[in-house]
Amino acid sequence: MTISDIVTVLDATLVSGQEFMAREVHSACGADMMSDVLAFVKDQSVLLTGLCNAQVIRTAEMMDMICIVFVRGKNPDKTMIELANARRIVLLTTEHRMFTACGLLYEHGLRGGAVT
Amino acid sequence: MSEVLRLQYHISNSDFTRAGEASSDVKRKLKQMGVDPKVVRRVAIAMYEGEINMVIHAEGGQIEVIINKSEIKMILSDNGPGIPDIDKAMEEGYSTAPDNIRTLGFGAGMGLPNMKKYSDSLKIDTKIGVGTKVTMVVKM
Repeated sequence: MTISDIVTVLDATLVSGQEFMAREVHSACGADMMSDVLAFVKDQSVLLTGLCNAQVIRTAEMMDMICIVFVRGKNPDKTMIELANARRIVLLTTEHRMFTACGLLYEHGLRGGAVT
Repeated sequence: MSEVLRLQYHISNSDFTRAGEASSDVKRKLKQMGVDPKVVRRVAIAMYEGEINMVIHAEGGQIEVIINKSEIKMILSDNGPGIPDIDKAMEEGYSTAPDNIRTLGFGAGMGLPNMKKYSDSLKIDTKIGVGTKVTMVVKM
């Protein structure tokens, strides 16, 4: 699945990172607790979250994630967008709730990453 | 063991949005040095958790990162309240973080367990009312 496919599946809006839309993603992680995200180490390329602050971008950066989806219509602010741009991380926002957003991506073949 | 690079950071307590800048800088530098990406990620996560902890519990402090050919050592020092019970603090899910930190996505009691998980050695020297020094080593 590409980031572009995620936009279609989640009826998402692109906030920033247009140039990376063709990137392939292999697994995803849905969480509001950033330390839980940091407890996973393998190949998580997409983060779905209802949390909307700069530490979400930092966490994705530390985990080498390439795309963040903000659920329930949350919109990142200018500082977050600048940080994401500098780290080449795509930001998307969807009106779907967390459970539905994760379910839709799962249904289309995206899975969770390994937990080691 | 020949030292390749020594980095020093002052961690400010004032702005939680800036927490993680030091870890981000270390990550970038290690990448530029051509260090194995898996090692880079382990260092980045362990240090980031430590950095966040310093902001949450100790109002900032100092971080020193010593890089040599075989390992990366991170020394995190603060003048915070100290850790009364280290065994308890190491338990997954145990947290003394205030509620406002939880709304920021931290304070799930995973900080120290994650730091231990991603480093090859973790040493904690703490004294109540004086401060805490955490030393982590990640081998190349």
